[in-house]
Formats: sequence, C-alpha cells, structure tokens
Amino acid sequence: MHRAPDPIVRMESVEKRFNAGGATTAALSDIDLRIRPGEFVSLIGPSGCGKSTLLRIIADLIEPTAGKVEVNGKAAARARHDRDYGMVFQAPVLFDWRTIEANVELPLEVMGVARGERRRRRDEMLALVELSEFGAYYPWQLSGGMQQRAAIARALAFEPKLLLMDEPFGALDEMTRERMNDELLRIWERTGTTIVFVTHSIPEAVFLSSRVVVMTPRPGRITSLIEVDLPRPRNEATRESEGYFELVTAVREALRTAHGGTIPEAAPLVSDEPAGIG
Amino acid sequence: MNPRALGEGMTATSSRRRTRGRIAYYLPAIAVFLGGLALWELAVRIFSIERFLLPAPSAIAGAFADNAEELLNAGLTTLVEAAGGFAIGLIAGLVVAFLTARFAFARGALMPFAIAANAIPIVAFAPIANSWFGIISPLSKMMIVALLVFFPVMINVVRVLTSAEPAALELMRSYASSDWTVVRKVRIPAALPYFFTALKVSATLSLIGAIVGEYFGGASEALGRIIVENAAFLRFSTAWAAIIIAAALGIAFYLIIVALERLVMPWHASVRGREV
Repeated sequence: MHRAPDPIVRMESVEKRFNAGGATTAALSDIDLRIRPGEFVSLIGPSGCGKSTLLRIIADLIEPTAGKVEVNGKAAARARHDRDYGMVFQAPVLFDWRTIEANVELPLEVMGVARGERRRRRDEMLALVELSEFGAYYPWQLSGGMQQRAAIARALAFEPKLLLMDEPFGALDEMTRERMNDELLRIWERTGTTIVFVTHSIPEAVFLSSRVVVMTPRPGRITSLIEVDLPRPRNEATRESEGYFELVTAVREALRTAHGGTIPEAAPLVSDEPAGIG
Repeated sequence: MNPRALGEGMTATSSRRRTRGRIAYYLPAIAVFLGGLALWELAVRIFSIERFLLPAPSAIAGAFADNAEELLNAGLTTLVEAAGGFAIGLIAGLVVAFLTARFAFARGALMPFAIAANAIPIVAFAPIANSWFGIISPLSKMMIVALLVFFPVMINVVRVLTSAEPAALELMRSYASSDWTVVRKVRIPAALPYFFTALKVSATLSLIGAIVGEYFGGASEALGRIIVENAAFLRFSTAWAAIIIAAALGIAFYLIIVALERLVMPWHASVRGREV
C-alpha cells in the first residue's frame, strides 16, 4: 500500500523516568516505534501505562530520559519549533475570551500568518469540522462534542503533517464519541494527515486505526502491534462486522496477556475511568 | 445562517421587548426604594423623631437644596481624591503584580511588604498620611486611597498571572510561542475577570479611603469635612445630604467599572447575564 517512505515518527530505545521526592519511577522503558506518513496509529493501554507521556515526548512537551526521538526526520524539539504537528487534548482547551473563529485562528496568529490568509484557513477548517455556522459563538455556547471539533479545527488550521490526539473523546458520551469517530475518519481521509491517537477504549482504537499499539504499565512498554486491515471507508457496517469483533477480541487479549492475564479491568470494553497521566 | 448577521438584524420589537424586560427587572427595587422613603418620612412625622437622630427625607432634601453648591463642590473634591488615589493604587498594584509574577526574587522581596501594607488599619494610617503629604493637599487623601486599592489589585492579578491552566500552557508550547506571546494571549485575558473584580471592590474602597482621610483634617470643602463639621453642630440634615452624595458617587464609580467590564470582556460569565 505504502511505498515505505521515511517514518514521520521514529523512536529508538526511548526511556522516561520521573523523579518524585527522591523516588524514581520508570514511566516508559524500551520504546521503539516507527509511524509511517498517512497512518492512523492508536496507543492503547490501561491508566499509568505511559501512553500520554509517550505522546508528549513525540510533541516535545516532555523530554525523554534516554533514547532518540525524530519527528518529520528531525529532532522532536526542532519539529515543535517548525510546527510540524498539531495537538488535541482531552479537554478542548478553547479560550473563553475568543469566539470559535478566533480560537481556530490562534495558532495562525502565533505564527504570524496574515489576516486574510488566517480567515481563509479558519473558514476552511470550520467547514471541515462542520462548524461553519458557529464561528461567531463563544465556546461556552457549544456542546462538548462541538467544542472538541473546534479544537480539531484549530489543530489542523496550520496544516500540520502530524496530528497528536490525547484521549480527545474521553470526556464524551458513547453516542457522541461514535459520531466523533466517524467524523475524525472522514477528516483523516480528506486531509491525509498522520494521526497518533491515545485512547483506553478498545472499540475506538480498532474502529479508527490502521495500527494499534498495545502498552502495559509499570514500566510502560509496547507489548504488541496489531494491524487493523478492516476495509475503508469504515462506517456503521464496520462496527457490526465479524472482522471488527475479531480484532476487538485480539486487542483485548493482547492487553490481558500483557497484563499477566489476571486483571480483568485492564481491558475495559467501554471505559469510564477518569483520565490520568495515562 | 450567520449568527452575527442575526444579531445585527435585531428588530425594533425585540429591542423594545428587552427595554420592557429591563424595567420589569428593576421595578421591585425601585418600588422598595420609594416605599422605604415614604415609610421613613411617615415614621419621622408620626413618632416625632428628633432631627438629630434621624432627619426626614424632606428635611435632607431641603438641606441639599440650601447648600447645593457647597455640597457639589465638596463631592467633586472627594471624587478627585478618590479617583487620583484609585489610579495611583491601581498602577502600583499592577506594577508589583507583574514584577512578582515575572521574577521569583521579586515575589520573595515584595510580597511580605505588600501583605504588611494590607494589614495596616487605614484609620491608623490616615493621620500619618496627612502629616506626610500635607493635610491640605489632596495628595495625602490620595495616598490613603492608594494604600487601600493597592492590595486587592495586586493580589488578584498575581494570583491569575501565576496560575494559568497547565493545558493552555502546553497548547501554547506546542505552537512554540514565546513567553511574551503567552502573557499576551493567555495570561492577561485570563486575568481580566479577576482584575475587574478587584476594580469593583476598589471603586467603593476608594471613596471610603478619601472620606476617612478627610475626617482627620484637610480642606473644608470635602464630603468628609462637611459630615464631621455639620454633625458637630447638630446640623444632621446637611450631614445626611453629604452622606447621600458620597453613596451616589460610590455607586456611580462602581457602575462605570461595570460598564467598562462589559465593554472589555463581552465573553465573560459575569457579563453574559440575562441575555440570550
């Protein structure tokens, strides 16, 4: 399918230890990961497996204790300065004092994009996430799902090659979450952006991804990579297909064996646990 | 349809409806005010309450009419002192707040003194300020006001400047934005609601400060002096007239700040109010 281009994310022997009050905790250990351009990769695992930490290391929001991280063929810090990625957090982090339009324009403002161009791009992005009618609204006037769509529009406004998403739909109800999943796939197919997606929902990971990275806690490590070869475009029929159920089971089993096969809550079908460091 | 266009196309009917809604909202307060005045007047007449205990509203209105020019000039003097001190306290509070938020050493060096300054009872400081800055000079009253205004401004602004939402900071970091951009685009807008809260508190405090300063001496055409001197000669109607002017000035000052708040942050919860 791909002609094996250079990976957009390359992590080699990455480790992360946190120091807290003299005690050292290994958050991530022995991480090797390559993500190809155009892929949709989910990082899945129970709370505390370091999946959010891993995402933040790619984003250069946290520095690894050891190992090498390259994004877009350069050091992660360089990539951040070159604005090679967009980021979406679990909370929408929209600014109350800005309208939806102005929120979407924020990164463009920071980057010094001229006003006319800023408007053109934000209109395009609002259309992409189907919020064109709500540009003049303030964030508090919108529902949680709409706010998160605005956050996605903002992350894509400067057309980054890579989109990093940290449990973006974790706070949404199940129905809204499924609809957001459909929309995200549509956006991914339209833009061709590579997406790295942190979640602790197995169905979500399987439905969205081209590859699922299964992680385990203490210390966080990658235990298996599961290719998801379900046909695209994916839709309601996908969620009811046999292949989908088989892959959900496969991911659940990977999580369970990774966890020693004893702790059932390691692999919730629908998780409602609050987001931690992940 | 564009919601902004919808807003501009607001019809005359809906704006009339809004005016009517506003009147309906204030009606109970107006009724209570007028009823209270009537009761007060009646009580004074029926129970023949002594003038020095409680003059009737009509007597106060009479005193106001008789001394209108003097009272209004006094009000102006006090207002200038309050506004001047407000400005000095505001600027000092903001400067110290920005220094402490930006430089850790300033926090250690300045914060204890700021807190100590706040602990000084204003009544204790007033006579000293009068002797330091000249009892006749309006500056002495302004400094008393400034001391009162300084603390709420400083502490509120420091609190928000130093405590931005971690996710907002991560977002800005992901854009590789400079510290100054973060201050401009995140910290200052986030601080605005707290800043205005401080301003509203300070607006009322500033009139209290000016009048307390005047109690301890100063030019005779000032509200504080008029209250003290007329009370001393049992001319309570005039003293009450001065008190009412002081209250009216305090309310006006407060309302100006509220209007400014609405203008500066139409997005904020305190402003969203009853609209929509």
